[in-house]
Amino acid sequence: MEHEIYLDNSATTRQYDEVTSLMAEIASNKYGNPSSLHTRGIEAEKIICGARETIASTLKADPGEIFFTSGGTESNNLAIRGYLDANPRGGRHLITTKIEHPSVLEVYRYLENQGFRVDYLDVDENGHVIIEQLKDKICSETALISVILVNNETGTIQNMEEIASVRDAVNPGTAIHADAVQAYGKIRITPSRIGIDLLTMSSHKIHGPMGVGALYASKRIKIKPLFFGGGQEALLRSGTENVPGIAGFGLAAKMTFERIDENLEKVAALKRRFTDELAASGIAHHVNSPADALPYIINIAFENVRAEVLLHHLEQKGIYVSTGSACSSHKKNRSHVLSSMNIPPQLIDGSVRFSLSGDNSEEDISLTVKALEDIIPVININRGKRSGRQR
Amino acid sequence: MNKVILVRYGEIILKGLNRPVFEEKLMSNIKKALYGLGKISVIRSQARIYIEPENEDYDFDEAVSKLTKVFGIVSVSIVWKIPSDFEEIKKYSHRMINQYINELSKKAGRYSARTISADIPGSVLFKVEAKRGDKKFPMQSPEICAELGGFLLENIPALRVDVNSPDFILYVEVRESTYIYCDIIPAFGGLPVGTNGKAMLLLSGGIDSPVAGWMMAKRGMEIEAVHFYSYPYTSERARDKVISLAKILARYCHRIKLHIVPFTDIQLEINDKCPQEYLTIIMRRAMMMISEKIAEKSGAQALITGESLGQVASQTVQALAVTNTVVKMPVFRPLIGMDKNEVIDIARRIDTFDTSILPYEDCCTVFVAKHPKTRPQLKEVEEHESALRLEELMEIAVNNTETMVISE
Repeated sequence: MEHEIYLDNSATTRQYDEVTSLMAEIASNKYGNPSSLHTRGIEAEKIICGARETIASTLKADPGEIFFTSGGTESNNLAIRGYLDANPRGGRHLITTKIEHPSVLEVYRYLENQGFRVDYLDVDENGHVIIEQLKDKICSETALISVILVNNETGTIQNMEEIASVRDAVNPGTAIHADAVQAYGKIRITPSRIGIDLLTMSSHKIHGPMGVGALYASKRIKIKPLFFGGGQEALLRSGTENVPGIAGFGLAAKMTFERIDENLEKVAALKRRFTDELAASGIAHHVNSPADALPYIINIAFENVRAEVLLHHLEQKGIYVSTGSACSSHKKNRSHVLSSMNIPPQLIDGSVRFSLSGDNSEEDISLTVKALEDIIPVININRGKRSGRQR
Repeated sequence: MNKVILVRYGEIILKGLNRPVFEEKLMSNIKKALYGLGKISVIRSQARIYIEPENEDYDFDEAVSKLTKVFGIVSVSIVWKIPSDFEEIKKYSHRMINQYINELSKKAGRYSARTISADIPGSVLFKVEAKRGDKKFPMQSPEICAELGGFLLENIPALRVDVNSPDFILYVEVRESTYIYCDIIPAFGGLPVGTNGKAMLLLSGGIDSPVAGWMMAKRGMEIEAVHFYSYPYTSERARDKVISLAKILARYCHRIKLHIVPFTDIQLEINDKCPQEYLTIIMRRAMMMISEKIAEKSGAQALITGESLGQVASQTVQALAVTNTVVKMPVFRPLIGMDKNEVIDIARRIDTFDTSILPYEDCCTVFVAKHPKTRPQLKEVEEHESALRLEELMEIAVNNTETMVISE
């Protein structure tokens, strides 16, 4: 196989070598339980404090507002259920969008069964929440709004300031939860300034270890735990802390934020190059991601192609991507995000997500476009198809 | 008292002069199936097989679970082997029933409306069935039933006799030793694997083909499997899925040789050169030809497919006829007269269903026509085929076939 081109960074990123070394060092030599009273325990506690301060500083937040979890899914569950549990008089109405990650969407479906009234906001053809609809739905009964800050399939960025100002105007008591798993470390977010009360982060999307994440919960709101036990993380998340993982997350965040502007500029240039070269190639395609999307995620529909077939052909050339919908004969799994954007089903079936990181190069992009030029004609679903009758 | 496993086999008994061959094979398959569970002796006596573990802590439940997957076995029981002496029989029957009522009452508490309890007099319905194989034993079968039943009734207040619909039956078999037990656990029957030749199964990863292979293995055939792999038009997970299915089948036939044939180039050749309504039928023919070649190499004498009449376009009688002409070997299609639901029932029973429905199968709409021919004509099919470099590509495919041995 040739040189590997990894374009699936929204699924997960390659862990920084420095993070790996730090975690190994901690696992082998600083193995104390942060709850222990002896030196080893205090050492471990300090490691966690340090990571908490790092994460807090990236959000211009207070360290007391950062809670470590097992990842994005747990943070989303904790944000939503923990908030509603702590605020029983906040109202029985909830708002979210049709393009959330399952770790938000499924929680809202569950809550709907539990008797909450839920409105799922539509998006326009670019994947942006329709603000007029939000204005229409939000009311004095609305307890919580959850919005995916950067969509994981298309990179669409939501205008959180606008959403917060609608909230401020209609019901300042409504909390706003932002799922920032794909945004954190790629754009700067200051939740307190925007008016976000709860914000979800994940470590392995920013070159940190898997199995670690965090929830920002503003000081001004109350939240209750999902798990009960030893009372770690200020009673909000019991269970012995994943010390090496949290330390790794802290270092990954520090390294990522050091180069956040440089990376964004670089990746934006790579996206331009990618779309330009594709346009010049003559491959029949549509860019599903809007022009103002986060450039790290580029979702493209190829005409007359089955996305998974394309994925395996690219894989053979050492290029790793992902598809919005797995390819199967039971066709019940088309991307809900692309469907909400009114993209026709046959284009969704040919949609592939290329997700970049600061590690990708211009050469990666050119080689990928070249590979697409080779593969697309070969796997066209109409390839060689002719009918005996017409002959 | 010795705890042993009693194995009953059915159809083999009907065999004439060949019977020892079948019995030997069954014994050897049993030993293979129980290998690793601990030391045992396997004894054949009067059309029964007795498995006697050396250690008391032998895992009887695991052994029973494995034995019920050995073809040729009709049923098994965990039995107590005791001396053929009526006082001993009374003593151990008493003990066994006390244990058994406790188990029954636990089960009944969960599943039945009636309360069965050792503490409620007359709440457990039972009967005794005795068989006297050893005619030197002083009592006749009805006498054993009556005497033993009476003794138990007197000494265990929870019992009440009901010969029509008892909660359990105490079986007493008086032979050289006496065997007592309360449970008969059914197995699948059939004939011991390896007593009826060898066949090559076309294993796709769907619901049907594993069931077809299982059914022929049940008739004593040794099974090898061939899978046609279209990477990168299908995912690597599709291949792993077929390996998982072969693993499940290996529970029944000890081990399976799996041949994975790279099939992409042949599919592309057919796709590019033949009209689309002929794709499926020509592809099926190529699969049959390759399977026969691999079967010949492995010494298999037949092919097995999961086809069922009329299920899809390539399974009409005309299509099957056209597919069949390319091979000389007999093609066994054990599902030919079955409905999908019947096949699914078996798939669930033999535990292949959940794996079969994993969604990694042929995702290549590239190779699927919208309207395949349901009444293909052999002449036309052959005409289209003549344009292909089929011989050459098939040889390459056979030479590049990856073979692995899969055991449970």
